[in-house]
Amino acid sequence: MTNNLDRVELSLVGRKRSERLFKFYGFLGILIAFLFLITILYSVISQGQKAFFTTFIKVNIFFDSEIIDPQNQRNDEDIRYANFNKIITESLKKKFPENLNKNDSKELSSFISNSEADYLSEFVVKNKDYIGKYKNMWLLASSNIDVIVKNPEMEDLDEEDRLISDKQLGWLNQIRLNKELKKELNKNFFTKADSTEPEQAGIWGSLVGSFLTLLITLILSFPVAVAAGVFLEELAPKNKFTEFLEVNINNLAAVPSIIFGLLGLAIFLNIMHLPRSAPIVGGMVLALMTLPTIIIATRSSLKSVPPSIREAAIGLGATRFQSVVDHVLPLAIPGIMTGTIIGMSRALGESAPLLMIGMVAFIVDVPTTFLDSSTALPVQIYLWKSTAARGFVELTAAGVIVLLVFLILMNGLAVFIRQKFEKKW
Amino acid sequence: MKKKIITFTALTLMLSNQSEARDQIKIVGSSTVYPFATVVAERFGKTSGFKTPVIESTGSGGGLKLFCNGLGTQHPDITNASRRIKMKEVKNCEKNGVKDITEIKIGYDGIAFANAKSGPTFDLTLRDLYLALAKEIPADTEGDEVKANPFKMWNEINPKLPAKPIVVIGPPPTSGTRDAFNELAIEKGCKTFPGRNALKKKDKQLYKSQCRAIREDGLYVEAGENDNLIIEKLVANPDALGVFGYSFLDQNKDKVKASKVDNVFPEFEAISSGEYPVSRSLFFYVKNAHASVIPGVKQYVREFTSSKSIGNEGYLISKGLIPLPKSERAKFEKDGKTLAKFDENLLKK
Repeated sequence: MTNNLDRVELSLVGRKRSERLFKFYGFLGILIAFLFLITILYSVISQGQKAFFTTFIKVNIFFDSEIIDPQNQRNDEDIRYANFNKIITESLKKKFPENLNKNDSKELSSFISNSEADYLSEFVVKNKDYIGKYKNMWLLASSNIDVIVKNPEMEDLDEEDRLISDKQLGWLNQIRLNKELKKELNKNFFTKADSTEPEQAGIWGSLVGSFLTLLITLILSFPVAVAAGVFLEELAPKNKFTEFLEVNINNLAAVPSIIFGLLGLAIFLNIMHLPRSAPIVGGMVLALMTLPTIIIATRSSLKSVPPSIREAAIGLGATRFQSVVDHVLPLAIPGIMTGTIIGMSRALGESAPLLMIGMVAFIVDVPTTFLDSSTALPVQIYLWKSTAARGFVELTAAGVIVLLVFLILMNGLAVFIRQKFEKKW
Repeated sequence: MKKKIITFTALTLMLSNQSEARDQIKIVGSSTVYPFATVVAERFGKTSGFKTPVIESTGSGGGLKLFCNGLGTQHPDITNASRRIKMKEVKNCEKNGVKDITEIKIGYDGIAFANAKSGPTFDLTLRDLYLALAKEIPADTEGDEVKANPFKMWNEINPKLPAKPIVVIGPPPTSGTRDAFNELAIEKGCKTFPGRNALKKKDKQLYKSQCRAIREDGLYVEAGENDNLIIEKLVANPDALGVFGYSFLDQNKDKVKASKVDNVFPEFEAISSGEYPVSRSLFFYVKNAHASVIPGVKQYVREFTSSKSIGNEGYLISKGLIPLPKSERAKFEKDGKTLAKFDENLLKK
């Protein structure tokens, strides 16, 4: 007897040690995961926050009537066709009294984004009194200037490695000294779609695309999945066939998403002839992908409703269908909602199936209907990442921030619903 | 309930619209032409009053496949290519009813070989590239027989090259850059062996398969249709050599340096004069049956052939496109205006 106790006593040290070791490994695992998270968040946020602001340069614009309206007719159409790039270049030149040759003025005009000529022409059409007068205006800087302003360490690079020449850097410093430089909220980023010029590109188009796509996904997958889940869990007889269905649904949840893209290409595009790159097709593909997730969530939350509820309903004379619709389903709704939101947030982050149906494309117009060409948030991030121009580096990170914010919001909503409405039995 | 019916009808209406003609140009194709085409599309959208075309980067081969799939609004109107269309593809197009297409050449692009700035300097010849990357190389200096490529280090090929392992990161077979690379670099290097040249006359098929095949033992790494990824891999591995277009080299001068090929650097003048040995032409193809149906196709072609875009001072030149000689551009500008039918006999030479 004492022998056994001794043995227990003796092994205690070892057993306690392995417990400590296990705890330590667990802690180490979490620490490593946390470190990775911090690294990712740090690199994304430190890069991405730069894209939320953009550089403007103050220019005293001279609306030269010789260039805008030489015939003095004040005709809208003629004003629109006037060479406003020249107006900008000429006004910029006045900042620097030294003589500039042709190449210099080209380098100088590249300070200002090429969207500003259109902006000025619209401004003049609306305010014709300014023709022949001066006005101080803040104009959007081009991306190369913006990148240098945001990353001062780049100024120390050699001329050939830098985005701007020594001469341009000198002018930039002079502009800075004159306090004719300011950083402001990057409106283009929040209101525009893709562009080849980083300073004119925005996330709005792909955000709308994602919204339209997810709306289709929700409309299609939610009712079908809930009906399927209720049928399988509550009403269907338990036989070989329903078992077979069950196995297949579980398998479907694990199918790589690109397969659903191929399915969409084959059926929705090639057979049904739906338009390429359209949110409706994207939504249909993602609905297929989300279906099994919601079905599984529906079933498990139905399972967690205690049988006494059903028995009580049936005992009082309700039909099976009534007991499910009036009593069981309302109690399972919080769980179903949580599963749906998690399924939707997975769909939001998906890009591979969209590649197959043409949603990975250069699209400048913000979509307005389900049939317009559009991209989605993760696709836009991928497209910017694969573009050469330096200004897209920050935009890519900013796109990731926007995507993360939406994912956190959706998952937060799921947690909130669970905490608030879920009943513990 | 009434509200539900209204939303439902609205949805069905929106769906039924799709049988109507599309009012937006759809473009697919080469990832090398993509950065140029997107700039043209954006300007076109801003100035013409038409919708901005939608452009997908699918690679030249993938683009021509989609393009040749048939007529109708679900098929693209234009495909970009960083190589000329192949006879096989013309036949495929014809089989699917796409009989009338127009070919437009927009300019040149050099294929650059570059590595990270911190890495060794490569001074290559086409023969070196062939010996480093071909699947099978000549067994002797004559080149009558072939053997599997044994080389693992650059200096085994040519003592002047650095003593570094051969790692080359380049495009996959769907890419036009890859086709051009096989044809212009590997095959030309292959031809420097007299025995290989003799084989060309005897058995053209065998010659092609032996002189264009890239090794598959992992020393040539395929990087997908994403040239930025190649640049990043090069920075991470300074010994690796990357294969990509000149425009990408131009945009990433701060990260990578180009290697000389046959004593010439891939620079603007050297590529446009043809002195740099690995340069190819860039094209796009227009489906003429669509030009009368989809609004804006003709105007887009006009924008993309005008001197203000691809002429010597054009806005694409500052993006790294190498311009055509004046007379050639004028020819394609005319072809674009009249949508001249592509003559497949040109491919038979």
